[in-house]
Amino acid sequence: MTEKVLSWLDERLGLTTIYSVVLDRKVPKVNWWYTLGSATLFLLIMQILTGIFLTVYYVPSPDHAYDSVQYIMTGVSFGWLIRGIHHWGASLMVVFVVLHMLRTFYLGAYKYPRELTWFTGVILLLATLGMGFTGYLLPWNQRAYWATTVGTSIAGTVPVIGPLIMRVLRGGTDLSAVTLARFFAMHIWGLPAIILAVVGIHLYLVVRIGISSVPTEED
Amino acid sequence: MAKRARYRLSRREFVNLVVGALGSIMGAVVGIPIIGYLVSPALKAQKSEAWIPLGPLENYPIDVPTPFNFTRTKVHGWERTVSSYGVYVLRTAEDQAKVFSNVCTHLSCRVKWREDLGQYACPCHDGFFDKNGDVISGPPPRPLDQYETKVEDGNLLIHFVEG
Ligand code: FES
Repeated sequence: MTEKVLSWLDERLGLTTIYSVVLDRKVPKVNWWYTLGSATLFLLIMQILTGIFLTVYYVPSPDHAYDSVQYIMTGVSFGWLIRGIHHWGASLMVVFVVLHMLRTFYLGAYKYPRELTWFTGVILLLATLGMGFTGYLLPWNQRAYWATTVGTSIAGTVPVIGPLIMRVLRGGTDLSAVTLARFFAMHIWGLPAIILAVVGIHLYLVVRIGISSVPTEED
Repeated sequence: MAKRARYRLSRREFVNLVVGALGSIMGAVVGIPIIGYLVSPALKAQKSEAWIPLGPLENYPIDVPTPFNFTRTKVHGWERTVSSYGVYVLRTAEDQAKVFSNVCTHLSCRVKWREDLGQYACPCHDGFFDKNGDVISGPPPRPLDQYETKVEDGNLLIHFVEG
């Protein structure tokens, strides 16, 4: 019975083809450093899932942001766990993205024909840092508030257009409810949309071109 | 597959069993926190009860339903909500009173005492109640709810239970 259903679906969806192309593809003999990309992808999925769960209770408004986070930590069953995974996962993700980049750089995997994979990877690195920056403000505690004050001020030191960038980031001259709302929007809609789209391209390229082998002496 | 004695687990069956068992354990480890996270606020007991003073009984005229309003504060998650409640006090004797909730027993609209009709009228679906809260006509399924009352030092109190 299940056989029948599966083959019916397979005939229409091409599941076995997808499976063989994506998972049964030939890979060169590589080492553990080549698993950093998959590790990052796993962390990304964890961040997306825990992030979705956090929005069930989190409120991006100055009068409730802090209290709603406190509520998640103490009032909701396993809230500490979900937020803890999101919190630590965020730091881990930055670490893994950077390690993944270093591996690609040191083993020369960014060269022809994988320039576009590298390029999309750079976008993903920046977007990940953007996630860290926007997410840091959301708990709306003292540390978050002042870190974002400093962070946006740094953007303000850019010559000529700096003050404008700072005002756009803050949504005004000061950090306010407007800042919190736009950081939230970027954190849960803007940047994730970019990340998902670019991860799609990145993975497509990995499957299409294949990964590079460990360089040998002749290379 | 070759025929084997029933009691012997084939290698394939054994692997399936182990994978199934480990998979269920992992599913529970992930699933239980998620379900708990999503439903726990719904399951928290939000009972509140209190004796609410409605003032000296002698302030209420005998045999005339008189409205009284009070507010209660409740904490919902990260927010405090102040809700107001309305009751009708019917002083039946020198030292006795009945206190009715003004929430219609049909679909929770607020009823109003109409002196001209001598009835409580619900504006939503034309429900009518008499002075003692019993249904006269309309869709309400039961009489108006009453609060438990007591009189202490001449003050009227009602027992407010919620949740
Ligand atoms: S709610 Fe009062 S009659 Fe329907």
